[in-house]
Amino acid sequence: MEAIFSRGPSLNNRLAIAIVLSIILIVVDNKLDGFQSTRMFLNSLMSPLQYIANLPSLMLNASADQLTSQQQLLEENKRLTRQMLLASEKLQRFDVLSRENEELRELLDAPVSRNMRKIVAELMSVDRNPYSRQIVINKGTLDGVFLSQPLIDDSGIIGQVMEVSTTNSRVLLITDVTHSIPVRSLRNNIRFIATGSGGKNEVFLEHVAHSVDIAVGDVLVSSGLGGVFPAGYPVAKVTYVDKDEGREFARVTAEPLAELDRIKYTLLLELNP
Amino acid sequence: MIRPRHYVIALSIMVALVLQIVPLPSQADTYRPDWVLVVLAYWTMALPHRVNVGVAFISGIALDILLGTPLGVHSLVLCFCVYILAANYQRLRNYSVWQQCVIIGLLSAFYHLLSFWLLHLLNDIFFLYEYMLPVVTSMAIWPWVFWLLRKLRRQLKIV
Repeated sequence: MEAIFSRGPSLNNRLAIAIVLSIILIVVDNKLDGFQSTRMFLNSLMSPLQYIANLPSLMLNASADQLTSQQQLLEENKRLTRQMLLASEKLQRFDVLSRENEELRELLDAPVSRNMRKIVAELMSVDRNPYSRQIVINKGTLDGVFLSQPLIDDSGIIGQVMEVSTTNSRVLLITDVTHSIPVRSLRNNIRFIATGSGGKNEVFLEHVAHSVDIAVGDVLVSSGLGGVFPAGYPVAKVTYVDKDEGREFARVTAEPLAELDRIKYTLLLELNP
Repeated sequence: MIRPRHYVIALSIMVALVLQIVPLPSQADTYRPDWVLVVLAYWTMALPHRVNVGVAFISGIALDILLGTPLGVHSLVLCFCVYILAANYQRLRNYSVWQQCVIIGLLSAFYHLLSFWLLHLLNDIFFLYEYMLPVVTSMAIWPWVFWLLRKLRRQLKIV
């Protein structure tokens, strides 16, 4: 048999080296979090490939835009004008209420909630990896995105930034199995922790005692504890409550209010500009 | 002077990486074949002195970055797969394309089980049978990838 490796280590040694290197990488990256800056560099290095992969859908979108009929545009315009009118009516009341709220808070010596800086980002790609729920957005450190920055869409919280590179960043959705978010029930202010389920579009409420007052249909909003997510944004709606006394805790699942499977534009929030 | 034959292997792996992350509708997404594994498998069987564990390691790292998995998971799994192929390349070359299909299917199943198992150790994920669907599509694309890359290799005289 001819030797296929005339130079360098033999095949078995190469495999051994690769295994050792990979295991070191896995441990350092996952368990020790030792690669924050290296990952940013590597992500920036790889972002051209992501932009290339995104081209077909961009082209499809562009051609779909070209082919929209005038009828559709008119209808959309009508719908948006209506929505705008309703929203601005709400906003008029909101201005008065927020001023009133500030004055009341000042009377109580409670901290006044400040305005937030916001960045609009567009979805670049949804993650292929079936084991995790992540998306990639088209804003990076150059636009002022930072690690663990919260993201919302028009109906609720989406997730937080888990990796940043110079021109894009990766977002961990609230339904990912490694993600948890502190929430409170809008109806009675009871605090919970909502953890992602991984596969399906739902979150679990953890360690809920049987005696807790929670019912299907309750809206959960972010509680602001933990300091990552701002308080008061809608997160999920309770869809299932099982108070089986045979179990240690009640089983409560909720469905995210943000439409995580049809995200297009997202809003990045910055708490203290 | 740089001729196409010097970078065709790298280019084909890059195309495979792009195909692996191109956004698809979610119904088609679960059926996405393992492009990188299939392309690496061809080059390992055809030119084991040029493409073997080292190239697999680098492509695995690239895949980890693109897919957002912990660094090292895909590189480890791809290294194992390519090692199996490189150690048996003389036997595998003599198989017919259909027999090679079966080998690719087994390899792809091994790839998915091993990466699931590694990720299960790192963060508690559950196993769904649809994670194994790419095995079928990888087997289905193998004859076409094999034919295309062999044509490329012969025409450009890559050795």
